[in-house]
Amino acid sequence: MVAQRITVNRIACDGHGLCAGVLPEMIKLDDWGYPIIEARGVPRELMEHARRAVDSCPMLALHLEDRR
Amino acid sequence: MTGAALLAGPDPRDGAEGFAAHTARLGALPSGRHGLIDTLERAGLRGRGGASFPTATKWRSVASRRGDSVVLVNGAEGEPLSQKDRVLMESRPHLILDGAVLAARATGARQIVHYIGAAHAGALAAMRRAINERPDAERRLMRLVEAPQRYVSGEETAAVHFVNDGTALPTALPPRPFERGVSGRPTLVQNVETLAYVALIARHGDAWFRAVGGGGSSGTALVTVSGAVPAASVHEVDGSAVIADAVNLAGGLTSDSDAVLLGGYFGSWVPATRAWALPLDVGALSKRGLSLGSGVIGVLASSDCGVEMSARIAMYLADESSRQCGPCTFGLRAIANAMRRVATMQAGVDDLAHVQRWAGLLPGRGACRHPDGAAIMVRSALQVFADDFSLHVREHRCIVPAAVARAA
Ligand SMILES: Cc1cc2nc3c(=O)[nH]c(=O)nc-3n(C[C@H](O)[C@H](O)[C@H](O)COP(=O)(O)O)c2cc1C
Ligand code: SF4
Ligand code: SF4
Repeated sequence: MVAQRITVNRIACDGHGLCAGVLPEMIKLDDWGYPIIEARGVPRELMEHARRAVDSCPMLALHLEDRR
Repeated sequence: MTGAALLAGPDPRDGAEGFAAHTARLGALPSGRHGLIDTLERAGLRGRGGASFPTATKWRSVASRRGDSVVLVNGAEGEPLSQKDRVLMESRPHLILDGAVLAARATGARQIVHYIGAAHAGALAAMRRAINERPDAERRLMRLVEAPQRYVSGEETAAVHFVNDGTALPTALPPRPFERGVSGRPTLVQNVETLAYVALIARHGDAWFRAVGGGGSSGTALVTVSGAVPAASVHEVDGSAVIADAVNLAGGLTSDSDAVLLGGYFGSWVPATRAWALPLDVGALSKRGLSLGSGVIGVLASSDCGVEMSARIAMYLADESSRQCGPCTFGLRAIANAMRRVATMQAGVDDLAHVQRWAGLLPGRGACRHPDGAAIMVRSALQVFADDFSLHVREHRCIVPAAVARAA
């Protein structure tokens, strides 16, 4: 299976930071509340949380993408 | 050292070379359909719009898409320290049009959009006239669109966005322009200087390109020299030239100088001691972690303070953010404000540390590379002007008294 990584549409994201609450292992917030996402692929044990983070983004700004 | 490829022929200051003279000097446009992309690859041509991306790779990705594509000729030239695209459009418009026609043939495009900075009146007039001189079959493919005078207008997705619906703001990726651009078609966005070189490589071949580079890897380049020189001016240099040569071509230094801004507002400050001997060659520069960017060589005059200059550029880039992405909108603004406090002797103890950390949070966190470019400039300033920054912060002092008044 190809590892997937989390990407964010920076224009759509409004910085409310829900995602960091759902997946703190991979998403931190900067000084203004915008996500800093780890570039590495999502490890298998976090996949479930990553999917939940993507689904919980109110702006539909988060995506799981096959790693390039 | 001085190259004569793009600007070979009549003196560029005499205005645009007409179609007849251009054809008489260089011969008719070769068909270019077969093997041109391979030739460009062997030549090693890279984009001249700032990112130095391999041209052949970009053409292939457009050519491999299904359906008609579009060529978008980028003559927006939003970089305040650059004039080279304008000089080229005003003096050799037919080289650019040749390159655009060849690009259209090679990528299967039936539309060529010339996207030219609205403020560049001379370039607009020259390009309009040149388009009208072309054979009907080519002219029918072409239209000219005036790019709004903002820094981000020339960013490739902003250019596509403006041509499509009149909004010159970058858009989120994907889709990239080569996937879906003008009118939803695969679109090749290419800088005018890059296209002009295509016109020459199609005629003279890749071996010629490598030879004309004077031993460098990138042919000749158009550079704009400004700052501590008699007047800002554009010159063509090959890869054997160093920054000192370019400065001499511009008339030599008018004052001492401590640093050079290489590449433009997205470029790096380089200490003068190191700068003078730097080769103006894309490959040689990238080995040193530097980039020719859009060919800007901004020489800091002794009457200017590097801290104040960098703060001013940071403020400009913050003002020019399209304010669509949080990290760019708020991060750049915070950096610019803190740098202004430093430049005006009002810095708090933490301001420098903050700027350093915030600059580290910019790269890769915008829809376009505006924040990435700004971060390069800011981090190089902190490094090259480290002593000046700490003098401003700790002792509220500047070694250039005249600059203090200007910063305020
Ligand atoms: C904020 C921003 C502004 C840009 N402005 C210009 C511009 O004015 N002209 C230009 O040719 N490229 C500009 N670029 C680069 C383009 O996005 C694109 O990479 C370039 O036109 C591609 O042509 P090239 O491969 O021939 O360099 C800009 C990029 C950014 C991020
Ligand atoms: S949840 Fe969505 S909108 Fe909110 S910060 Fe995360 S990515 Fe941005
Ligand atoms: S990164 Fe900055 S300039 Fe680029 S689209 Fe986002 S807000 Fe606009």
